[in-house]
Amino acid sequence: MESYLFPFDSLICMLLGISFTVWFTLLLVFIIVPAIFGVSFGIRRLYMKSLIKLFEWATLRMDNGETLKRIIAKEPVSLEQEIQDMRRGGAEPEFDMSDIFYFCRRGVESIVDDEVTKRFTAEELESWNLLTRSNYNFHHISTRLTALWGVGVLIRYGFLLPLRVTLAFTGVGLLVVLTSIVGLFPNGRMKNYLSDKVHLMCYRICVRALTAIITYHDSENKPKNGGICVANHTSPIDVIILASDGCYAMVGQVHGGLMGVIQRAMVKACPHIWFERSEVKDRHLVAKRLSDHVADKSKLPILIFPEGTCINNTSVMMFKKGSFEIGCTVYPVAIKYDPRFGDAFWNSSKFGMVNYLLHMMSSWAIVCSVWYLPPMSRMEGEDAVQFANRVKAAIARKGGLADLLWDGGLKRGKVKEVFKEEQQKLYSKVLVGSSEDGSSS
Amino acid sequence: MGLQGWRNVLALKTSKNNNRAAWQRAFPVPLSHSQITRLYSRFHSLDKGENGALSREDFQRIPELAINPLGDRIINAFFPEGEDQANFRGFMRTLAHFRPVEDNEKNKDLTSGEPLNSRTNKLLFAFRLYDLDRDDKISRDELLQVLRMMVGVNISDEQLGSIADRTIQEADTNGDMCISFSEFIKVLEKVDVEQKMSIRFLH
Repeated sequence: MESYLFPFDSLICMLLGISFTVWFTLLLVFIIVPAIFGVSFGIRRLYMKSLIKLFEWATLRMDNGETLKRIIAKEPVSLEQEIQDMRRGGAEPEFDMSDIFYFCRRGVESIVDDEVTKRFTAEELESWNLLTRSNYNFHHISTRLTALWGVGVLIRYGFLLPLRVTLAFTGVGLLVVLTSIVGLFPNGRMKNYLSDKVHLMCYRICVRALTAIITYHDSENKPKNGGICVANHTSPIDVIILASDGCYAMVGQVHGGLMGVIQRAMVKACPHIWFERSEVKDRHLVAKRLSDHVADKSKLPILIFPEGTCINNTSVMMFKKGSFEIGCTVYPVAIKYDPRFGDAFWNSSKFGMVNYLLHMMSSWAIVCSVWYLPPMSRMEGEDAVQFANRVKAAIARKGGLADLLWDGGLKRGKVKEVFKEEQQKLYSKVLVGSSEDGSSS
Repeated sequence: MGLQGWRNVLALKTSKNNNRAAWQRAFPVPLSHSQITRLYSRFHSLDKGENGALSREDFQRIPELAINPLGDRIINAFFPEGEDQANFRGFMRTLAHFRPVEDNEKNKDLTSGEPLNSRTNKLLFAFRLYDLDRDDKISRDELLQVLRMMVGVNISDEQLGSIADRTIQEADTNGDMCISFSEFIKVLEKVDVEQKMSIRFLH
């Protein structure tokens, strides 16, 4: 039996060998070498343009009479105004049984559509991008469209995914190896120069591993040494996107496993800030390490995501004030993903990291825009919270995102009681007026 | 979303006219296909346990509802007597009270009796928010408790008590020191209930 297979055996081996060689050569020439030198052939942009045309065609074929706008119209009327309107004639503020209507309506409106819970799931799209994961209403419309989707699956999983996984391994492997080598050099300008080049190169390979098509705006505002760079957070990929255009010092917790290996290698080449799990709770220690780093002008700018968690890129949620208390220049950056090509949001309560990366690498592409905003500093008489809100508003405006005051921590935790007490206080004021007659316990 | 759930939604989207009537008879709410689909997707996104029904915790996860002083009472309105789970039909029924009132309601011949979003039924919804023990009367105690929910710690017991007494005095006509539903309706006859207790659904 085996004698029949011998000639085929060597033929198959030969064919495999040749295809691997061709594969790697193409990879090297078209992807890795340009990544090293930071140039681009423009293949990805061409790919992006053809995808857009395809999606427009697919959308026309779909019955999308239901456009995904808001389901209800909310009136932004305040409590006082509403209750004033409802008072039956009498001018003096007094309890009326109809006061309940305001709370009732507001409550039911928030049940039908609220501002917060929808920020923690992927954004819904108006057109379909041939990924069933992003279309909740998918059902058989036409054979042509389903066939197209099938072809899309083949291309994405059969061709793009293996390509990207290979690149990802190459990028990460090179990062670990090269940063360890650079770590052997004595501290000095040479080492910094090499470390910058190595980091940039490896991140560029990772960018290509995701087929990320990034447009950087206003690069003259790029963060400089001795400052802190803050950005809105949508996914772990944000780090790769920013770090492939500039060099930053990362901040994070020490992990075990593969992440730990990468972290230890990176810190050999240039000083990043990695915290032990126990140190994270100690806010003073954290603030001290950050300030020390910032004070040293030879060290790279720190990259921080003040939201503290991943938000789905339709809004910017409350910034934690810790990084704004340090008192150095803040360089805000706005990142906006184009959801048509692949949703970059990491829903960490639903998907683990590996699942998420698989989704990323089997999407069409990651298309995003990065805006570098002019640097900001804390003004006289402004406290950290106000400064944080000012920076947040600037980022939201530039990126076209909704500016919310809600805490990103609501993804997992309950809302604080103090907000309910504020509502109660407001109503009490309306009820008894601000006259001296209003005695509060 | 569960398979049966999606089958329902797909049946809705692809139904022909006669099926649509049957569908609307099953669902006592004359909303459009797209509105029902959107509400189903909202129901599903709130249902973290993915068991086809909402629990009280699912509602409390909405921050804007959690900070509403009457949040708990509103959540209670979605759960029938003694039950802890709200299915989609119950969800829709309760939300139906908040549909704006239109003059030429087409559903008058579909449902028997008054539509859920009539003025009387809206007032009944509000009445039930006050009526904690569901005995169809608002006693002084119940009124006090609801008032306390609305004002928190900012008003003293005595003042709140006098507000409650005054309210009951004005509303009570048969002298039983409680407010019945008909007295409630009389007290609010000049208020534009239809507008204040309606949500504007788009498309």
